[in-house]
Amino acid sequence: MSTDVAPGFVAKRSAVARFISAYGQELVIAGAIAALFVLVSLISPRFLSPNNLNTIISGNAYIAVAAIGMSMIIITGHIDVSVGALIGVLATISGTLATAGYPVWIAWTLPILAGIGINAIIGALVAYGRIPSIVVTLGMLSILRGGLVSITGGAWINNLPPDFHLAQQRLLEIPVPIWFMVLLTVGAFLWMRHTAFGRSLYAIGGNIEAARAAGIPVERRVVQVFMIHGAFAGLATVLFATQLRIIQSTVPPNLELTIITASVIGGVSILGGTGTVIGSTLAAILFSAIGSAMIFINVSPYWLRAVIGVLILITVLIDMARRVREQRSAKR
Amino acid sequence: MTWRKLLRHETILALLSVLALIVLASQSDKFFTVDNLLNQGRLMTEVGLIAIIMTFVIITGGIDLSVGSILGLVAILLGVFWKNLGLPLPIAIGLGLLVGTLAGLINGIIITRFRVPPLIATLGTLALYRGIAEGISEARSVRGYPDWFFVLGQGQFLGVPVQLWILGAVTLVAAIILGMTVWGRGVYAVGHNETAARYSGLQVDRIKLAIYSASGFAAALAAVIFVSRVSTTRSDMGTGIELDAITAVVLGGTSIFGGRGTIIGTVLGLILIQALKNGLSLAGIKSDGTIVLIGAVLILTILLSNLFHRNGNR
Repeated sequence: MSTDVAPGFVAKRSAVARFISAYGQELVIAGAIAALFVLVSLISPRFLSPNNLNTIISGNAYIAVAAIGMSMIIITGHIDVSVGALIGVLATISGTLATAGYPVWIAWTLPILAGIGINAIIGALVAYGRIPSIVVTLGMLSILRGGLVSITGGAWINNLPPDFHLAQQRLLEIPVPIWFMVLLTVGAFLWMRHTAFGRSLYAIGGNIEAARAAGIPVERRVVQVFMIHGAFAGLATVLFATQLRIIQSTVPPNLELTIITASVIGGVSILGGTGTVIGSTLAAILFSAIGSAMIFINVSPYWLRAVIGVLILITVLIDMARRVREQRSAKR
Repeated sequence: MTWRKLLRHETILALLSVLALIVLASQSDKFFTVDNLLNQGRLMTEVGLIAIIMTFVIITGGIDLSVGSILGLVAILLGVFWKNLGLPLPIAIGLGLLVGTLAGLINGIIITRFRVPPLIATLGTLALYRGIAEGISEARSVRGYPDWFFVLGQGQFLGVPVQLWILGAVTLVAAIILGMTVWGRGVYAVGHNETAARYSGLQVDRIKLAIYSASGFAAALAAVIFVSRVSTTRSDMGTGIELDAITAVVLGGTSIFGGRGTIIGTVLGLILIQALKNGLSLAGIKSDGTIVLIGAVLILTILLSNLFHRNGNR
């Protein structure tokens, strides 16, 4: 099922080699994060201060949470370019509810339900309308982005009630976003690995006809996985909307690309069928670590995007080289 | 069987366009004036140039997300070459076009040599090229170009905006190459079944390299026209233009899986989008409301087209 492990070659290798082969990408990113921390802390020890570590890890938690859902979508063989616009819309809904005097738990949960509902429509158009997911979500991107700005006029929402700011709170001394990120990542990872439903996502992405022949209700699964992705977008929104004192009711530019990039760098193959959400979460942390490191080593933050671009290309090239090598050894 | 032919995607699209034009014309008497239509053509050119070449890219089963970033990069470099390095403007333009083509060639090399899926390769270069543009410019803009330069983006030739002539020429050449040459048939073959095309002796990699380079060139040309039209250079130019171009191409009936599509379809897609944008704004609807409609039209057209062609996803 997973092309990361060459069949017929597995039995001869040790457990360690198997682990490295199956989680190669995750290990590479973890290694990159570790190397970055060591190098930058040698130049500037303040990089490792608890405050900065907290900023690095919790600042991009919403990207990591959204990337969990995105990884599921990509593993199933689809793509969603509308998720950034969706998060913008849901954040505005959340902030509007909070300032209108509704209890904060409603302002937190309603966006999650709205995310599930909107993505149910996307999923149905993909699965039953047989429109490619990139086309549906491209259309949805326009609808959500245009709808949001024409309704709100891009106004900022302030005067948010103080107890609304969930992302600024701590539980057992650990910031709430880190709890969200860790629990959701581990939960999703185990769910995708050990349940029939989770495995069926890999099956659909790996070979849709084989999945159908194996009795997986492919269409229904696609709608369901889009709804789950919508729920993760809603959860990401809760972190995104509650981290600052204001909510800018526009769509964060390029947010969908950042989320897709986190998934892809994390080792989710765009061809579907492989990858884990541990990798995408590590990639989200790596992004914010790089952003922070550039400040500490005095590189102009204007170059951040170029660095991330180089990083994407290097990871992808290494991944492709590994694939080619494993295909060769499988043939032997 | 013939009625099925009549319900080809392009026909549906043409009918939709006519319908839209009639409704829009009835909403405002300014819509169907020559001045307005020509002006709309001016606004359509940058997306149009990119979309025409994007049609080739998508027919081969690929995609190019980096065009908006190439546009931004070339725009910035145009300013740097001319103002900071003091090169004559025509040479700066030439170098800009060269850089754009090279940027496209790099996409092509990553895709063909290293077998990286186009979506990922160009996602990476989208970040890279825009990043370089941002790094070089540091959010400074370049202004004060000489007057003759503005002819390209603001002037007229025989009563028609200059850039519309360029778009027309590119469209015509592209339509002839894609529709009437052996090379054009090869493009479809690559998108339809790449392995089969390879075994038929087609130079698949060379075809792809040429197409991605052309895509970079089109983005660079769009950058020059963009700078000339708005008289200034900024690093965020062209952000999101890749999605507009892809929307026009897909709306025009080109299959996102490759192997099917026409230039005329893309042109109809472009016209429909621009007519909607303009007509609705004349009818008093804000431009953001128009974007909603374009999204809905995109989904509905493909849905309709799928209903009429039940067999096959393509």
